Amino acid sequence: MFADERMDRIVDIIVNSFFPMLKAGVAFTVPLTLVSFFLGLLLALLTALARISGIKLLDVIARFYVWVVRGTPLLVQLFIIFYGLPSIGITISPLPSAIIGFTLSVGAYNSEIIRAAILSISKGQWEAAYSIGMSYPQALKRIILPQATRVSVPPLANSFISLVKDTSLAATITVTEMFRVAQQITATTYEPLVLYCLAGFIYLIFSTVLSNAQGQMEKRLDRYVTG
Amino acid sequence: MIEIKNLHKQFGQTEVLKGIDLKIEEGNTVCIIGPSGSGKTTLLRCLNLLETPTKGTIKLGKFSLDFQDKKPVPKDKVIKFRQQTGMVFQGYNLFPHMTALENVMEGLIYVRKQDKEASRTKALQLLEKVGLSERANHYPSQISGGQQQRVGIARAMAMEPEVLLFDEPTSALDPELVGEVLKVMKELAKEGMTMVVVTHEMNFAREAADKVVFIDKGVIVEEGTPQQIFEHTGHERTLQFLNKLCS
Repeated sequence: MFADERMDRIVDIIVNSFFPMLKAGVAFTVPLTLVSFFLGLLLALLTALARISGIKLLDVIARFYVWVVRGTPLLVQLFIIFYGLPSIGITISPLPSAIIGFTLSVGAYNSEIIRAAILSISKGQWEAAYSIGMSYPQALKRIILPQATRVSVPPLANSFISLVKDTSLAATITVTEMFRVAQQITATTYEPLVLYCLAGFIYLIFSTVLSNAQGQMEKRLDRYVTG
Repeated sequence: MIEIKNLHKQFGQTEVLKGIDLKIEEGNTVCIIGPSGSGKTTLLRCLNLLETPTKGTIKLGKFSLDFQDKKPVPKDKVIKFRQQTGMVFQGYNLFPHMTALENVMEGLIYVRKQDKEASRTKALQLLEKVGLSERANHYPSQISGGQQQRVGIARAMAMEPEVLLFDEPTSALDPELVGEVLKVMKELAKEGMTMVVVTHEMNFAREAADKVVFIDKGVIVEEGTPQQIFEHTGHERTLQFLNKLCS
């Protein structure tokens, strides 16, 4: 009898929490991931270009940035941005704080992926682009980056899926994304096992959808290689 | 039309070109021959500034560039100068993410800024000229080496260069595919295209060249008509080289 009651209660909690959590996922986790990843990729591209520019100062700045961000925990970075900066008069709301933190992280890690991808394109491609009269930016944009993109999709997708899960760290700086909602419901229902498993399950759904999207994208980008 | 004076090129401590003087007349086909490591490819790459000479002058069409050690040529000057040349590479270097047609159109659209339709029409004409109309929509990975190289020629021709540079255009090809590429090159030579060809194809040099230049160890040993070089050379080194090829 007792077991049945417990089961009913758990089913109730799952049914009542699933949609609020999914909603938080769609309203915060997904946009936070997409915006941070997009901005982070731009930053990563700029950092990669700075590294291969051959201009000493740009290279040093880029290396320093990557060194600091990769060498410190993301959680610590988020705390510095959200809890630390106000003490020197810079107050940023939770969501922008999270976006800044994740963007910096994505930028640093992926700059190495993009740099490696650009360097993996043969010198002959640059030369062919130059030989038809292209400038460096034209060669980069039209010839090198499209090929580098294909090379970098699998590792970038990896880091994208990591980011989906890392956004749960935003809960610690009070962003009401999915994991924070799970924490809040846990606080009132006291069913941590159920709710955190549920949260994990929703992250799993998101990651699976994204992995499939990656597969599709790779197939599309590979069209000129197989044949 | 091309005038090279006292051209030097140094890689680190190694001097690859040790003072080259060469004149190339408009409409001529000039074949550069010589043993590997002699500097012939470097000379060719200096002509479109893929390598920056260490010293000397190159006059090509409208522009004349004077090179001095450690003084870089401004980028816009490099691009303007280079746009007078077209290059065909040993390894083809087609853009693998574009079809044959798109490879030929690319420079027309993004460098010449011509509209898409005009570019397509011109690119199709050029592909027809090299006998590849039917492969227009194939990716480089879907066609043979000989076909790729012919697309490479069409791509270089599209920019209407003053001179076409060929860097061992048939060296990477299977023997049975060499002929189709040489045939296209011979046609171009006949039409009066100015061409500089680094090659090991002595038969091509014999038949199509107006001038043959023999380079060894960074200097021009001898230059002359194919007949002079292949049949009446008085130079020991030329003779040795030619004999080695025949044996």
